Amino acid sequence: MTVPALTVAELVALIAPGSLVAVPPDYSGPSLAATRALIAAGTTGLRLLAVPTSGMQADLLIGAGVVDEVEAAAVLLGEHGGAPRFTAAVVAGAIRMRDTTCPAVHAALQAAEKGLPFIPLRGLIGSDVLRFRPDWQVIDNPFAVGGGAAAGAASADPIVLLPAIRPDVALFHAPRADRDGNVWIGRRRELVTMAHAASATLVTVEEIVDGSLLADEATAAGVLPALYVTAVAVAPGGAWPLGLPGHSEPDNAEQARYARAARSDDGFRAYLAELLADAAGAADAAGAADAGR
Amino acid sequence: MAAARTALLVTALADRLRGLSCVAVGATSPLPAAAALLARARAEAVGDRLQTIVLGSRQHNPFTDGGRELFDCAAQGRIDAFFLSGGQIDGAGNVNLVGTGDYPALTHRFPGSFGSAYLAFLVPSVILYREEHSRRVLVPRVDFVSAPGTSAPGTYRPGGPTALVTGRCAFAFDRARGRFTLTSLHPGETLESVREHTGFDFQLPEGEGRAGTAAIPTTPAPTTADLWLLRERIAGEVAETYPRFAALIAAV
Repeated sequence: MTVPALTVAELVALIAPGSLVAVPPDYSGPSLAATRALIAAGTTGLRLLAVPTSGMQADLLIGAGVVDEVEAAAVLLGEHGGAPRFTAAVVAGAIRMRDTTCPAVHAALQAAEKGLPFIPLRGLIGSDVLRFRPDWQVIDNPFAVGGGAAAGAASADPIVLLPAIRPDVALFHAPRADRDGNVWIGRRRELVTMAHAASATLVTVEEIVDGSLLADEATAAGVLPALYVTAVAVAPGGAWPLGLPGHSEPDNAEQARYARAARSDDGFRAYLAELLADAAGAADAAGAADAGR
Repeated sequence: MAAARTALLVTALADRLRGLSCVAVGATSPLPAAAALLARARAEAVGDRLQTIVLGSRQHNPFTDGGRELFDCAAQGRIDAFFLSGGQIDGAGNVNLVGTGDYPALTHRFPGSFGSAYLAFLVPSVILYREEHSRRVLVPRVDFVSAPGTSAPGTYRPGGPTALVTGRCAFAFDRARGRFTLTSLHPGETLESVREHTGFDFQLPEGEGRAGTAAIPTTPAPTTADLWLLRERIAGEVAETYPRFAALIAAV
């Protein structure tokens, strides 16, 4: 195998302190297995980039003190309502929040995958999202018909420029990888954009399969090639209690249980202790199974 | 939200999609998802076609190019209508999805702006909705502008709000004046009750003046056919994405 297959704990140990970590939205396979491992490892100081939104993953990482900065177009628990630890942390000033809008995240990652320093984006002008982003700029469209700065027009077609976002790590969960490290992502192409833009891509998968995922033309376009993949860890059920497209449905009862528990810091601590104990038990079982091979 | 009120809001939102070709529904938007799917079923019933994109769904979302595709489509003018709600909405059509207080020192945090700061500029018909119609939500001036109702001349803006549907009434948005006009009252509401619970001034339909509520239309009730579609078809279609809301729709 050209891409190392690690345990989940080894995988998250590759994430350096202070890293900018890009994660997908709830419908696109966040790695809750890696989230638990990051918390268990006592990681702190990470910066989280939601591509472009996040839910329980962000809320867990914020509540556990793993991240101290979040860039997101939204953080909430889907149909289960607001993300309680996120909202509490923002109101308390415990995290730095960089408010953005969905297409700005996608576009800034596209700039990075093209090796460009910035990218223009429509909309935004007159919003407070733009007003509170000193890293974004507004220029006049230099190609505007009959205008533009070159023509000396006072204000011709202003447009926002966003600096490229280059995450240190893209982190997600996917149904399968092959032994070469190619990862099946299906139609969830934001995972490809994340991986293209990021310096390293760490993936947890349900399983590792024999044969090359790139061998069949019918499915090759749904594959993130190993070229972009730094390391893979097998973590069955690694998206739970979120769903994984084409593989497993969301566990709504468990998400509702989390949403209730996390309303208070005490409730969150109790939930987290239980979650980590379960994860440790599962890891021990997996280790024992490996040892028995 | 009672089933009858849910059905009224869904049909009121669906009514605003008549004659369109393509509608998209964002994340965490159960009412608009049901409305878009109802509008699609209505269109099919008369041999028309309404492309319906429900984000978060796999069955009702044709996109294959990731999260960016909706926004790329919108910028090209391929999306006719989109729905936006708000923690606060003001009389100038500004929407706040970020929080209350003096940003960034917020007293209450909402989830975030999602795609509003972009889609509100580019989609021709942005339909605003919020079931809670109170002075807490419909404020004189939003604390944070996720998406402005109107833009300065010279700003590229083919789109913007066209309507606001609440639990009490429906407004149209007058883009030239940057104000809402009351267009219909839900059953049981009066001009006075709407004014009492609205934190901003709004216009009355042409010719209404001070004549009272007699001539302000009542929001059309769902038809028998609408209710049948909601129970027998739409409840099943939204269940994949909004299982809790689907149970409500199944009971209309």
